[in-house]
Amino acid sequence: MSPRGRAIVWQAAALGAAGALVGLAALEAASNLKARGIASGFAYLGRAAGFEIAPGPLPYSARDTYARALAVGLVNTLRVSLAGIVLATVMGVMLGLARLSKVRALSLPAAGYLEVVRNTPLLLQLLVWYSLWQGLPGPRAALHPLPGVLLCNRGLFLPSLSERPALSGFDIRGGLSLSPEFGALLLCLATYTAAFLGEIVRGGVLSVGRGQTEAAAALGLSRARTLRLVVLPQALRVMVPPATSQFLNLAKNASLGVAIGYPELIAVTGSTLNQTGQAIEAIALATLVYLAVSLSFSLAVHLWRRGRW
Amino acid sequence: MSAGWAVVHERFRFILLGAYPRDQQWRPALAIVLFVALYVLSARRACWRPWLPAAWLAILTGAIVLMRGGPLGLARVPTESWGGLPLTLLLATVGFAAAFPPGVALALGRRSALPAIRALSIAYIEVMRGVPLVTFLFMASLMFPLFVPAGFTIDKLLRAQAALALVQAAYLAEVVRAGLEAVPAGQREAAASLGLRFGPATVLVVLPQALRISIPALVNTFIGFFKDTTLVTVIGLFDLLGTARAVIVDPRWFGAAVPVYLLVAAVYFTFCFAVSRYSQHIERSLMAHGHQ
Amino acid sequence: MAVHRSVSPLIALALSACSGAAPPQEAAPRVPAAATTSATPTLDAVRRKGFVQCGVTTGVAGFSAPDAQGRWRGLDVDVCRAIAAAVLGDAERVRFTALTAAQRFTALQTGEIDVLSRITTVTFQRDVQLGIEFPAINWYDGTGFLVPRSGGVRSPRGLAGATICVSAGSSNERDVADYFRKNGLTFTPVVMERLEELTNAYFAGRCDAFSQDRATLAAVRARAPHPDDHVVLADVISKAPYSPGVMPNDLRWMEIVRWSVFAMIDAEELGLSSGTIDGAMASGDPEVQRFVGQTGGFGAMLGLDALWAYRIVKQVGNYAESFERNIEPLGIERGLNRLWKDGGVLYVPDLR
Repeated sequence: MSPRGRAIVWQAAALGAAGALVGLAALEAASNLKARGIASGFAYLGRAAGFEIAPGPLPYSARDTYARALAVGLVNTLRVSLAGIVLATVMGVMLGLARLSKVRALSLPAAGYLEVVRNTPLLLQLLVWYSLWQGLPGPRAALHPLPGVLLCNRGLFLPSLSERPALSGFDIRGGLSLSPEFGALLLCLATYTAAFLGEIVRGGVLSVGRGQTEAAAALGLSRARTLRLVVLPQALRVMVPPATSQFLNLAKNASLGVAIGYPELIAVTGSTLNQTGQAIEAIALATLVYLAVSLSFSLAVHLWRRGRW
Repeated sequence: MSAGWAVVHERFRFILLGAYPRDQQWRPALAIVLFVALYVLSARRACWRPWLPAAWLAILTGAIVLMRGGPLGLARVPTESWGGLPLTLLLATVGFAAAFPPGVALALGRRSALPAIRALSIAYIEVMRGVPLVTFLFMASLMFPLFVPAGFTIDKLLRAQAALALVQAAYLAEVVRAGLEAVPAGQREAAASLGLRFGPATVLVVLPQALRISIPALVNTFIGFFKDTTLVTVIGLFDLLGTARAVIVDPRWFGAAVPVYLLVAAVYFTFCFAVSRYSQHIERSLMAHGHQ
Repeated sequence: MAVHRSVSPLIALALSACSGAAPPQEAAPRVPAAATTSATPTLDAVRRKGFVQCGVTTGVAGFSAPDAQGRWRGLDVDVCRAIAAAVLGDAERVRFTALTAAQRFTALQTGEIDVLSRITTVTFQRDVQLGIEFPAINWYDGTGFLVPRSGGVRSPRGLAGATICVSAGSSNERDVADYFRKNGLTFTPVVMERLEELTNAYFAGRCDAFSQDRATLAAVRARAPHPDDHVVLADVISKAPYSPGVMPNDLRWMEIVRWSVFAMIDAEELGLSSGTIDGAMASGDPEVQRFVGQTGGFGAMLGLDALWAYRIVKQVGNYAESFERNIEPLGIERGLNRLWKDGGVLYVPDLR
């Protein structure tokens, strides 16, 4: 057979095998669903969810629909991811620079931090953060780390523009509140990703040739100005693709919130499918959402690369 | 802090070996030794011979048979009772081994000239890497049974292992792909000039070099897999983290959570740190000796 | 459909190699002979496997919890053992799957377990929407609250504005939400999937109250570092009848589950216990004769042998024995769960 003929046969075989696998699975699933009386389709999204979600930025009650519950989950995922990315970047840059520093009192602890955080499982770190937070005192004995800020095992309470948090009845009321689940997840994601970003920053800065730093010094620029005006812009070009990959990892790692009861997208999906029995639809939706997020990230990097060159 | 040590002292066996029947606990302990021996064996360059994959297969099969029972008069122990460090090592090692062939296949498929095969490979890799691992574990635990004829259940551990391996294959594919791209084009041309067709040229000439180049990255990927095994606690399997978590929820051990977690973290850290140091060492030695 | 029917046995054959479910006595896993869909798939699967896969809690004392030797004990556990005694002849032929409240229905629906015996409240939504069948109520309870004695709360109304721990996926979630809305009060829910972590959150002071069915609350309180510091409020805010759950695709299996539960209650009514049932084999009472299988042929009608009910009582005991063994040590009264002639609500059909 000609090479072209062989090519067509191989591709037809591959597509055929993939199609057969999917088709078989679909047939079996359809027959099982029917036998067990489990509904199909997405009509459940319009029904009342019947489960509670810890209070957050979006108002929600058990009477709201499953669709709204999923929206709440998505907002929670985005909320912790964005805050995590910002925090992780700040910490990561500081870590990377500390690691590069000539001052051993800075570079050694930074190196130690990097090794520890990158060599322990993320879920374990999350559980440690959460246990630490749960060990805080109750609302009646809340800590006051900063003026107007209250910290206890029920959350972190910050003063908003109009009111300051204060103990009232059972709980602390007023101001902005961050739940312990949100707080623990945010700190965990930020510290973990910062470790990887730190290495990326270090790699990026080191990739800028020594000639550049020497030339800048010859021109009379201080170390700080050299860093800011010469090294960092060039290092950025090297750092952005792997950094974006880490940001995407952070968004995916936010799904670990399910382990501590943070109501992000996967957790709400889990509650939904346990209540409705429609596992396939629920997981398919969550998968599509995450794919959309990850493909957007890839597209953004691709466009950024194109734009720069 | 003392509560932490007290609980470790009392529940040490459960944390390390899970709910395995007490009188048979020499079996998971021996399994741990087998896994460590396998790692040490694979680390030595003198053992990088064609018989190494066969050794992996033999030792892994041996470890599974040891845990499960059946032949050699060993009592059967259902997988629900497996737990602790042996389970973590099993999930990581079997997962890595099982993900390797499909990972290589996907890497080759991604670089294929045939558009359908390339599209299928890219689709698989992007989907598996774009969605959180937890989702696939939920899929394995809750959805797989729907795809199975009524009356049959696939073992939960097997389902979780399959999900882990399927996802890890996508990550391995990217590592191997980077290795393939690093092999100079001249190698393929030289193979062609020797009369080797595409298939044999890839397997005999390009792939071995690509794998050799990828070794440090592959080792780092293994560290990532090892850490990822902790996610199985989310679907109710009792790996090393799962057993620790189960122990500290007892109200008697109030305040013991952090010390116990730190102890477990030390175990993971020791392993991952050692392997990452090894990876740096092997990277240096490979660069020093060049390609051949 | 024709293609699917012929392929299904192939998949089954492949899977019988993978499934680790072969019982010790069987030489090799058997494959269904013909590709017909059975009318009793669960019963067939149980007989083929040689054990009942029973879905239980992750550890609620009194209903389903492993003891110090790792052996499961509880009221719900006894239901599964009764089913095994009736169908397989041996109450020990049960394997347990620990499930959280959120996971339990999916495990039943996907066939991972044969019967769900897990302090599950019968609700419209579960019966109709999820399509789960609840053959026989074996415990009558209601949603209540556990509060610290020092808080001074004596009724649910006193919990206005409080933070309340609820279990994810439980009927209590909705009960609490409905109660507070009905009374125009607010509360903050703390929802977790694992009961143990929820319990710890309550004891750590994360919540002001813990909401569950009162029997579960008694079990939780018993495990507190200082049980006397906590009190289960006397008021219940909803009804909570527990029943084992099965899938609707096997009517025969559902009937077996139903009558296994009824048999335990009937046995108490007839005065038959694990100690006296052997002597009752020679009884002249027609009701007893029907129960122990001397007359009537009821076992055959269920697809079981004549001694099914005898084995249940002999190996597991009657309802009173199960209660005394499991629930009484927690300090819970029988209350509603007495026989109807003793002033309770346990009123089940006779074997006739």
